[in-house]
Amino acid sequence: MLILRCPNCGIDADETELAPGGEAHLRRVGPEASDDAFEGYLFHRENPRGVHFERWRHAAGCGKWFHAARCTQTLEVFGTYSAQVTDPPQDIRDAITARRPGWRWRDIE
Amino acid sequence: MSDPVTALGGMTADSFADIAEQPPRGMVLLRGDLSSAPVQRAAAEVAGVTVPAPNRFEGEMPALCWMAPDELLLLCDYDEAAAKVAALAEALQGVHHLALDVSDARAVFRVTGLDAREALAKLTPADMSPAAVPPGTFRRTRMAQVPAAIRALDDTAFEILCFRSVAQYMADLLISAAIPGSEVGYWQT
Repeated sequence: MLILRCPNCGIDADETELAPGGEAHLRRVGPEASDDAFEGYLFHRENPRGVHFERWRHAAGCGKWFHAARCTQTLEVFGTYSAQVTDPPQDIRDAITARRPGWRWRDIE
Repeated sequence: MSDPVTALGGMTADSFADIAEQPPRGMVLLRGDLSSAPVQRAAAEVAGVTVPAPNRFEGEMPALCWMAPDELLLLCDYDEAAAKVAALAEALQGVHHLALDVSDARAVFRVTGLDAREALAKLTPADMSPAAVPPGTFRRTRMAQVPAAIRALDDTAFEILCFRSVAQYMADLLISAAIPGSEVGYWQT
């Protein structure tokens, strides 16, 4: 069972209190982008074994969105952080590096 | 004007915890920047209690409950809700906010008894231990399949707020969780 700490209300929320929001840090392309680029934005997702970044919503709690960094293999949670960022903050990256040296996710490392 | 009616007509049930639907309750939703002085001042003035810290409530009745980083719920007498909305609107003129009378949107149950905490712990993934939910806690969570808020009045009395449309479901949940003989005895000796 996954337990994430909501950074908005500080509650350790059980997975069943949360609504998954899919992959984090997607960047929309367009409107003049090619069809291939737009298809990538719409459909192409990471499916890593290991470090992953996701969006979650504290649906049964404060109702706010946040980001989570976790390991898909061990369910280890590296940290949660604000939804109002376009890239993982440095302290989250450092926490992941401490546990998974040499990690890489998309073009983030 | 028609009389307000609760969802279940004030049902009660005696199990190892006593369950009672509460009479119509005035509820005013206030959304805004809770860190800003004008919103804090207006909320405290209109409610008559201080603004609560996150995941807490202040005052039994009237009360201010912390719902989210930008949302408070004011509990008051049913007849006073409209006046509270008007008072908030006047106090917050020119300040970005939303104040709304949502008195009829929700149902309120009171669960009391030495083992009330255990009945609730059966229904929610939230940690219901006395250390995690001391009196004064306002915990929004899930109870079985529906969202709910748990208001810890003291160690043996809790209020459950849920949407009115699921009031019957909530009552059935609470009754079945508190069936005599199903006490767990984890916190209560």
